[in-house]
Amino acid sequence: MATKKKSAVEATTEANENAIALHETEGLSQGQIIRRRFFRHKPAVISLIALVFITLFVYSASGIHLGTAKHPITIPGWWPHSMTEIQDSVFCKGSIGCPGIAHPFGQDPIGHDYFALVMRGAEQSIMVMLVVGFIGGLLGTVIGAVSGYFRGWVDAVLMRFTDFIITIPSIIIGAVIGFKFGNLGVVALAVYLGFFSWTGLARLVRGEFLTLREREFVDAARVAGASNVRIIFKHILPNAMGVIIVSVTLMLAGAILLETALSYIGFGVQSPDVSLGTLISNYQDSFTISPWLFYWPGVLIISIALCVNFIGDGLRDAFDPRQRRRISRKDLLRATFAKRK
Amino acid sequence: MTISQDVILKVENYNVEFWVEGEFYPAAIDMNYEVKAGQVLAIVGESGSGKSSSSMGLMGLLASNARTSGSVKVKGTEMLGTNSATLRKFRGKEVAYIFQEPMTALNPVYTVGFQIIETIRTHFNVGPTEARKRAIELLTLVEIPNPEKSIDKYPHQLSGGQRQRAMIAQALACDPALLVADEPTTALDVTVQAEIIQLMRDLKDKLNSAVLLITHDMGVVADLADDILVMKDGKTVEKGTADQIFNRPQHPYTQQLLAAVPKLGFAAARTLEATATAPVLKLENLVIEYPKRGRIPAFTAVKDFNLEIMPGEIVGLVGESGSGKTTVGRAAIGLLPVKSGSIQVVGQEIAGASQKQLRSIRRNTGIVFQDPASSLNPRLPIGESIGEPILLAGVAKGAELDRMVEDLLASVELPRSYRNRYPHELSGGQRQRVGIARALALAPDLLIADEPTSALDVSVQARFLELLLDLQDKLKFACLFISHDLAVVDILSHRIAVMQNGVLVEQGPRDQILRNPQHAYTQRLIEAVPVPDPALQKAKREARRS
Repeated sequence: MATKKKSAVEATTEANENAIALHETEGLSQGQIIRRRFFRHKPAVISLIALVFITLFVYSASGIHLGTAKHPITIPGWWPHSMTEIQDSVFCKGSIGCPGIAHPFGQDPIGHDYFALVMRGAEQSIMVMLVVGFIGGLLGTVIGAVSGYFRGWVDAVLMRFTDFIITIPSIIIGAVIGFKFGNLGVVALAVYLGFFSWTGLARLVRGEFLTLREREFVDAARVAGASNVRIIFKHILPNAMGVIIVSVTLMLAGAILLETALSYIGFGVQSPDVSLGTLISNYQDSFTISPWLFYWPGVLIISIALCVNFIGDGLRDAFDPRQRRRISRKDLLRATFAKRK
Repeated sequence: MTISQDVILKVENYNVEFWVEGEFYPAAIDMNYEVKAGQVLAIVGESGSGKSSSSMGLMGLLASNARTSGSVKVKGTEMLGTNSATLRKFRGKEVAYIFQEPMTALNPVYTVGFQIIETIRTHFNVGPTEARKRAIELLTLVEIPNPEKSIDKYPHQLSGGQRQRAMIAQALACDPALLVADEPTTALDVTVQAEIIQLMRDLKDKLNSAVLLITHDMGVVADLADDILVMKDGKTVEKGTADQIFNRPQHPYTQQLLAAVPKLGFAAARTLEATATAPVLKLENLVIEYPKRGRIPAFTAVKDFNLEIMPGEIVGLVGESGSGKTTVGRAAIGLLPVKSGSIQVVGQEIAGASQKQLRSIRRNTGIVFQDPASSLNPRLPIGESIGEPILLAGVAKGAELDRMVEDLLASVELPRSYRNRYPHELSGGQRQRVGIARALALAPDLLIADEPTSALDVSVQARFLELLLDLQDKLKFACLFISHDLAVVDILSHRIAVMQNGVLVEQGPRDQILRNPQHAYTQRLIEAVPVPDPALQKAKREARRS
């Protein structure tokens, strides 16, 4: 029996490698491993907590507003003032409506409670972000995946279509859409923005698929009898997840900014409704006299966009098994010592 | 000719450490050696032994997280801890490097000549015309055909061997006292490798340079080295003359390393007792063409190919890179369209088969790919990769599937608990064994192994080959084993087929092909294989000269 000639050297190396790998993944499902890796990423976790907090805070404060202007569905929030009611302005320090106990964010020159306005604006922005992210992400991934995997005429047709969409500047699309559908409410606006914001993602996913489809594990899956659908969704897509997540988070941050920009130039959310963009636009003149009218919406826009980007960063690291989980010399050494003890 | 015995490189108590997450970890520990003019010192070891890092550290070429200590003297001048101006003066002029992969080490946007001239003009005060003349001289020295024209070629316009020659020419531009060659022939075919080794040997004698050769290939070492230093995990395991190391190795690791090297012509006899009538794989007048793409014309990769594999037989398919051997393997499993001719697997025709027919044919076949890093889906636990053919063929699922997967893991000598591991948690050798387990999941009649060992270290390769032979003994599948390494094919095959430029030049029983080759190409191929034995290699070299 000359079969078990496993050398001593090789055996120890292998045992060490095993010890580390076991230590890291013992009894964990893939979901658990990803979650664990995500929670190791401090900025992402802090951002996630912050974003959840902002969202809950915003929605609970202003209540939930769905439906169109004609048929509103409203669940009231805990903040006593609505954004439409006008109150007497508080005078202080040589200006009117500055932040105080009754109105923590101050009042606008007419006498609206500014906290209610900002909360309503933030609610709109978060809604736009989620809807655009979902629709744009889905369209971009599917179009990119199909075009990269099948290549040939499918690819040519889809990519020319993508080029066509890209050539139209998004601000003009937004302006037209906002002009036409702005009065249908923010969800309709977000859906239409979603239909035009998938192009960058589609191109990235296509590129990723073009590389991944040449990898040998795709051939191996084909030899194993896997169908095209299975190869795309089970084998290639999880490997492209990093690219998709990063791109979608950028898209989310971009969507907030696009909505803000549209509202700022007057094509987004229509009065009397407000968004963070319209608030900034309305009160840009009062920057020197009552700066709080300017910086509260600004702070919210920046913090939401930053949080989303950090979360995307953490998710990408978590989805990529090659990151930080490589067995380093250090881990090897540690395992060796642990075994000696 | 008088050979001066000046010590060119003297290394004392030399350590290389890498800073990893807050602590230093050693890559080379306490190395001591010296290289004299006109001598070759070979540093051998398996991947991760620190042989490359230690040699890059000599001239301060390591990444910024590395730290070196001890003493490295080139012609008496201390290199460690000197300023970068001194180091730059020595690099290229006194110490030149030859790297493994000439395609990546040469800059693709400049001509070969430009890169050589650049080296010359950095170190000497010469005009462009003069430097160009010198560059042509150098290209002539390294025997590049038509140097006046080749000097204006870009790296991609040269063949692999010519690129390596150009890189050697660049390294020799300033008559360096020390030449550091880091795996100089690993990326090359055997016949080209033989030429490059010959060239290095001639140049060393002509220029009287000291050579530091870093390699894992014992055959190359036997051919070139005067002294050998064996490394393992950063430590010097054994040091001695070539004769000592090869014929009287002292350290068990050296002995083991030498034992693991497959030697051409020393394999046990292989007999095939079964006399079945119908072949498992039958290729008839097979032609495979890569279709025209844009301005690149169509390329016929395989021409008029005939091969039969009987049940239980291992056929080795050998040839150099670009000979079309991988194309044959991939076509045999239906991954490439067939231009004309026929491929029959267990009597079923692959050429022109529909997706559905292909699926049923593939239940009888399995394939092991070349690169263990790319052949397993990094996002799937290996158990799922192995179980996929079983699941998709509808043979089993759920707990029954898990049990079958665990049995398969056990059969390739991996622990059953590995089912939930991801590929990156395994070593190269382990991954390749997972590849076999997946290929054998449906107990196929035909296994196609496409260079399964070319990415593995010798000791890992030896173990892998043993396992493959054991499994084949047990399961009796037929196997098409594609390889460029004749010694590996020698160990495994019953029969050997030799390919060159898409054409089958010779096929026959193993012993006939290896001991009594008829075709000139086969003879050249066998001739070029370096033998891990300095004396034999010397005899071979002299035979080739005369």
